[in-house]
Amino acid sequence: MAESDNIVVETAEKIFADLADPQTINNDKRDSWRAPLWQALSEAGLPLSWVPDDLGGSGASLADGFALLNAAGRFAVAVPLAETMLAGWLLAQAKVASPEGEMTVLPASPKDRITLDANGALSGRCRGVPFAKAAKHFAVLAHGEDGAMIALVDASKGRIESGLNVGYDHSDTVTLDKVQPVTIKPAPKAFDQTTLMLMGGVARSLQIAGALESMLDISVRYSNERVAFEKKISKFQAVQHNLARLAGESAAALAAATSAADAIANAKSFDDEVYLEAASAKIRCAEAAEKGGGIAHQVHGAIGFTMEHILHRYSLRALAWRDDFGSESHWAVELGRLVANRGADELWPLVASR
Amino acid sequence: MTAALRFDPIRLPETCEQLRKEVRAFLAEEIAAGTFDPHKPNREDTDAPEFSRRVGAKGWLGMTWPKKYGGQERSFLERYVVTEEMRVANAPTRRFFVADRQSGPVLLKYAPEHIKMEILPRICRGEICFAIGMSEPNSGSDLFAAKTRAAKTDGGYLINGTKIWTSSAHIADYMIAIFRTSQPTKENRRHGLTQFLVKMRQPGIKVNPIGQITGQYEFNEVVFTDFFVPDDHVLGEVDGAWKQATSELAYERSGPERFLETYYVLTELVRAVGPNPDTRSAEGIGRLVAQLHTMRRMSVSVAGMLHAGKEPVVEASIVKDIGTVWEQQLPHRVRDLAAFVEETATNRETLERQLDFAIKTAPKLTIQGGTTEVLRGIIARGLGLR
Repeated sequence: MAESDNIVVETAEKIFADLADPQTINNDKRDSWRAPLWQALSEAGLPLSWVPDDLGGSGASLADGFALLNAAGRFAVAVPLAETMLAGWLLAQAKVASPEGEMTVLPASPKDRITLDANGALSGRCRGVPFAKAAKHFAVLAHGEDGAMIALVDASKGRIESGLNVGYDHSDTVTLDKVQPVTIKPAPKAFDQTTLMLMGGVARSLQIAGALESMLDISVRYSNERVAFEKKISKFQAVQHNLARLAGESAAALAAATSAADAIANAKSFDDEVYLEAASAKIRCAEAAEKGGGIAHQVHGAIGFTMEHILHRYSLRALAWRDDFGSESHWAVELGRLVANRGADELWPLVASR
Repeated sequence: MTAALRFDPIRLPETCEQLRKEVRAFLAEEIAAGTFDPHKPNREDTDAPEFSRRVGAKGWLGMTWPKKYGGQERSFLERYVVTEEMRVANAPTRRFFVADRQSGPVLLKYAPEHIKMEILPRICRGEICFAIGMSEPNSGSDLFAAKTRAAKTDGGYLINGTKIWTSSAHIADYMIAIFRTSQPTKENRRHGLTQFLVKMRQPGIKVNPIGQITGQYEFNEVVFTDFFVPDDHVLGEVDGAWKQATSELAYERSGPERFLETYYVLTELVRAVGPNPDTRSAEGIGRLVAQLHTMRRMSVSVAGMLHAGKEPVVEASIVKDIGTVWEQQLPHRVRDLAAFVEETATNRETLERQLDFAIKTAPKLTIQGGTTEVLRGIIARGLGLR
């Protein structure tokens, strides 16, 4: 895997290599890998990377957390690491302390909405909430009469309808029906649901980029092993050109995702520039997941289509991650509207803003 | 081990943003003065010699070169900004672009001192135009097949043969060309090619224009008949041009000109759909902008690598592959979306005229500067497949 240049990523990669090896996980039908993996991640303080020390977290930088998510994508990690990180980050925006254990964040789609009533209770229905079934707490962005609120909610107070996404990970429908939160505080000024979706979208972009890096790795390796028509298939020009395109898609995804992460980590607010970066990353990474994943499967032939092979752990998860925190269709419409609204002569200045 | 290629998120420094403002102001003045029309890419006056001189006077040619040769010793990233602003504005850069991007750097590296002193300052002043002589009839991307011969004679070489697809040869003052000085060896089929500086418009050179499907005349056939090139016009190692030529290609392949050639149709589409687009137009524009933004970030990242003295050959090939495929598809995607543009859109005529030209331009974009197939071969080698 890629060399890491920071301690957070190094720690995570060591844990992933020991406890989240894709082949081992793929062979284990009883999910016995889940608990030790989560425990090791928790002991290393990784799920609460983005939570400051005084709120119960490990206070890593935004940049380190994003790099960690990219590494998690390279291992197609299937525990709620990204979700707990996002939940902790959301809570920290309102100075709400994070509890121990798995969390996820609501809403996970720009179309769903949680409202806060006059009695301080939360109601709403959120679809496609990743790992809701595994979560002990939800970090909730709600809308009250006085604007956006950020709440910590005991997960057992919500009604959960189980679902699975394309990648066989839990993606559930959560209904809150007049649920009293554990804690609730106003969100900071200008923090709204779009902010949460942009942050979640960039997290998913980094995971998709990581999965594509691994798909490229294992596809190149496989093409150098597999012999057909008395030649390694890597020697066929058509296969080489397909892998060159996969490298391009992987590189584009990684460039878009790391650029957006860099923009968020260095920006003072979620301004238009961050919007362009984050929306573009989600759109481009989703497109890369489709094109790149398609090529990885083509190179692997029938073996890559089996449950026994690890390819699906990356390819299907990358496809599934397209749907969370706004699909590429959603962001394309929103970005297109933003561009049209600013006008033709403002397009280039926006694109060339950094 | 990972095969993944990293494109670190380089930020353009503050000096670049200041420079960008200066370039925009300059271009706005030129447009106001009628030098060129940014909405009319298919103009006939693309060699605009006076414009070249004014760009030179601004210090925007040979920007990164040493001051003693007329350069500014500015950074590669600053040059990047000038290039993209010129391209986006549709400025008439044809006369100076090749010299600034490729020929100058080749001379800097391989020409004898007196030739550098003679020619480089003139490039910086925007006085002279360069062409590149690589392809030959029936060779194209296959440079090993180049046959045009440079035979050793007293004090120099005699050139006989034909170069083709040579952009700007009809207006060029010089050409940097590759000729065969000896036969390839069994061990090394790349052996035997040498790079030369050729002074154009002399007896022994005949330039025949070739019409393009856009209706323009940009490239040419150049026939050499017993044309004499003196010894001091050999650039670099005799018989060793192959390696010299390939190491320069990162500059040619990753720049903003490699995904912005048809950009104008996107601007005009945004103008035509107006501030409140329907869902289909909004989605189409959003995707195109996301793709453009991503490529630009990759291209800026490669510029950062070049700036840091690296030779990102594979990364540059990826940017060119994705970039030119994108700029080739762009006119067709814009055409799709323009199908529903209101008849009353004020710029409808401009958009249609631009689309007409961009669609005719598109087929060349994945050919010039290295075909898609050649680039994918380079990327595959970078992945360890060949």
